[in-house]
Amino acid sequence: MEESTTLTKIRERFGDAVLSTHSRLGEDTVVVARSHIVELAGFLKEDPELRFDVLMDLTAVDYWKRKPRFEVVYHFLSVPFLKRLRVKVPVGEDDPEVDSLSALWRGANWYEREAYDMFGIRFRGHPDLRRILMYPEFEGHPLRKDYPIDKRQPLIGPRD
Amino acid sequence: MAVGPFTGGAEGGFFTSKLDEAIGWVRKYSLFLYPFVTACCGMEYMSVACAHYDIDRFGAGLPRFSPRQADVLFVVGTTNQKIAPILRQIYDQMCAPKWVVAFGVCTCTGGFYDNYAVVRGIDHIVPVDLYIPGCPPRPETVLQGLMMLQERIQKQKQAL
Repeated sequence: MEESTTLTKIRERFGDAVLSTHSRLGEDTVVVARSHIVELAGFLKEDPELRFDVLMDLTAVDYWKRKPRFEVVYHFLSVPFLKRLRVKVPVGEDDPEVDSLSALWRGANWYEREAYDMFGIRFRGHPDLRRILMYPEFEGHPLRKDYPIDKRQPLIGPRD
Repeated sequence: MAVGPFTGGAEGGFFTSKLDEAIGWVRKYSLFLYPFVTACCGMEYMSVACAHYDIDRFGAGLPRFSPRQADVLFVVGTTNQKIAPILRQIYDQMCAPKWVVAFGVCTCTGGFYDNYAVVRGIDHIVPVDLYIPGCPPRPETVLQGLMMLQERIQKQKQAL
């Protein structure tokens, strides 16, 4: 099948940093090395033929026994061209850290806090990387596959 | 004819009773509920409170939305770890004598929410006088529970 223009452009520009791509039912996916995610996101946002100007979603997946263990998943939407693109960044367990996109999209701030809260993935350059859903005393990251299903958290007292 | 805790006829212009029982009789028909509503059971609580089932028939018709004016804490709906300290604070703000009703299975045991966020029963946070199971409990169940609570109030040693 012929590759979409979006994927071709990304391949031309980023070469070896693109680990793989696939395309199915009009949905393009790019797997990119984590060293290039900010550069790629900036390119997608600014390039006049792509203009992926909306960061629809940012989340993470824990594949547990696979290496690298995590994937950070970004969904972009191009409003001018009505196209969508999924970008995945593999992240290892030993050093779960990716560069933050919060400078490019302010909305990335809370998404990244959620991914940090649930998966323990840190975002380098994030202005305020705290838990967003759980409370500060919470131990562990609940959406990791090795979080014990019957784990009980300590009760917290009233706040001032 | 004995009515409630009172014995003796009114012909002589007096009746005899025990102070504990008289106070219990007064208290059980003058309950001011504090509805601590967090989830779907709230619909069933509203159904009990409104005209169709009419909780006012049992002297509990006026919900107070300040814990300082209430004497029955109705915990209605799932209680999670994050809201637990707030529930405790509200309980502490209520004046004695006070009672706590766990409304619905989530407040009794956590229900099917066996996960990282939910407290497995509000009795981890506050002492509970009455458990009303059900997901959600039918209004009839709630009214039966309320009558059981009234019976309990009638029979208890009254704090003065």
